[in-house]
Amino acid sequence: MSALLAVAHLEAFYGASQILHGIDLAVARGEQVALIGRNGMGKTTLLRSLMGLVADCRGEIDFAGRNVRGAAPEDIARAGIALVPEGRGIFGSLTVEENLTMAARPGRDGRQAWTLTRIYELFPRLHQRRGNGGHQLSGGEQQMLTISRALMTNPDLILIDEATEGLAPLVAQDIWRTLGVIGGEGIATIVVDKDFRSLAKITHRAIVLSKGTVVFNGAPADLMAQPELLERHLGV
Amino acid sequence: MDLVTFGVQLLNAIQYGMVLFLVASGLTLVFGILGVINLAHGAFYMFGAYLAYWIAAYTGSFWIAMVAGVAIAFVVGLVLENVFIRRLYGRDHLVQVLLSFGLILVIDEAREILFGKDVHSVAPPAWLSGSIQLTDNLSYPVYRLAICGFCLIVAALIFFVITRTKIGMIVRAGAENREMTRVLGIKFDVVNRYVFAVGIALAALGGIVIAPISTVFPGMGDGMLILSFVVVVLGGIGSVAGAAVGALLIGLTDTFGKVFFPSVSSILIYVLMAAVLLWRPNGILGRREV
Ligand SMILES: Nc1ncnc2c1ncn2[C@@H]1O[C@H](COP(=O)(O)OP(=O)(O)OP(=O)(O)O)[C@@H](O)[C@H]1O
Ligand SMILES: [Mg+2]
Repeated sequence: MSALLAVAHLEAFYGASQILHGIDLAVARGEQVALIGRNGMGKTTLLRSLMGLVADCRGEIDFAGRNVRGAAPEDIARAGIALVPEGRGIFGSLTVEENLTMAARPGRDGRQAWTLTRIYELFPRLHQRRGNGGHQLSGGEQQMLTISRALMTNPDLILIDEATEGLAPLVAQDIWRTLGVIGGEGIATIVVDKDFRSLAKITHRAIVLSKGTVVFNGAPADLMAQPELLERHLGV
Repeated sequence: MDLVTFGVQLLNAIQYGMVLFLVASGLTLVFGILGVINLAHGAFYMFGAYLAYWIAAYTGSFWIAMVAGVAIAFVVGLVLENVFIRRLYGRDHLVQVLLSFGLILVIDEAREILFGKDVHSVAPPAWLSGSIQLTDNLSYPVYRLAICGFCLIVAALIFFVITRTKIGMIVRAGAENREMTRVLGIKFDVVNRYVFAVGIALAALGGIVIAPISTVFPGMGDGMLILSFVVVVLGGIGSVAGAAVGALLIGLTDTFGKVFFPSVSSILIYVLMAAVLLWRPNGILGRREV
């Protein structure tokens, strides 16, 4: 089976400084991938490159059989990739329901698996808060909303940056549970988080980035079994 | 001043404010969402009035003139955005001012070629051309009342679209975080094009509805441009509700200023603007972070 996402020799630059140094990776349909690495190793830059948000980006990015490297973010989104960014990007002046409605769109194959009703089933909390402005939400509610908003575009791949950063442990558990549900829906995800132990439970594969290169790409359990590697790249 | 005169002045103030709102709402949308300072906005107001005069003279119908004038302005807006305006996004204000000033010259020249530079008047639709007798020697033109009603409907329509429709949500979202809307698959270049065209169409519509109660003359857009900018700054850049409040305030200040303080009336609106900006630097309904 051909991969949903295939990245080859990906390099990314901010001005003169090169951040990604030839990344190769592939994600299969419905696969859950953990993307980890210490601060500043290029995780966010990789996700933003995949989304078409890094202006100077070289190499190949194939998604669903189409080359999307150099495509505009809106076209990449329409091809089926959704991004839950660091800092979340909630529209504060829109209500919860408006945040969801403005993003609603059938998937590439026309399917509308995710609707307001289903989102509200998954997150009763968002239903309670549907009339509230985005800026009135707590961190956990904001993260639920950004994930839901990404789902409303009926994507095939969701990129989630810092899934539980700044959230209380109980709230973080909610997010992990949700990511488990999304995984069960056949949507592929690439999830960045500091909490590798939680990530390992919901992902099929772990990719470790160090200074813009992939230094580990394999089963989360195999990474767990290498404490010195974990120590070096995660500091746990 | 007796009650009837006061009422008449109040109606004048509201009617003036409403037309100002039509024009300024277009300007604030273009400024707030596209981030473009369009000095040619007043020129489109003038052009709209000339279009109304010309089409009405040709067809004998003010209504055809209104619909066709707005449609022409809208299409011109789409084309101009595609050819010129989109090059201005994210550029500094000097470039925007230069290009839109150039547009004023081009529009003026186009007006000169198409319609000449004569001063014209436009007849209101026949059934709106009468007056209502208020007292023995005071009457009020029906057309001015009709303007109030019409502008209210247009305003309600604008608010409905912005607050209740998906397009409106997208426009508001984009004003807040452009990148995030694109990440969600919204083709914002298309949104921009339509917002600009709607802005231009609103300017032209203002010129069209005002044509029957003022004269149509080449420089009529200049004063309107300045007033519209005052309204935009007063109300808060990008805020259509703010433009409504600002436009009514200007209408009231200008009309009653001329009645009560005729000697200083011309500076009153600027005094008002300065006072409001001291109180709220981002305008009455402006967003704080802007
Ligand atoms: N806009 C930018 N301009 C210049 N350099 C940048 C920019 N954004 C990030 N960088 C640099 O690129 C490198 C990688 O940053 P990136 O944000 O991708 O790392 P990260 O792995 O996501 O880190 P963190 O765990 O802190 O989120 C860092 O050295 C950072 O300083
Ligand atoms: Mg990061």
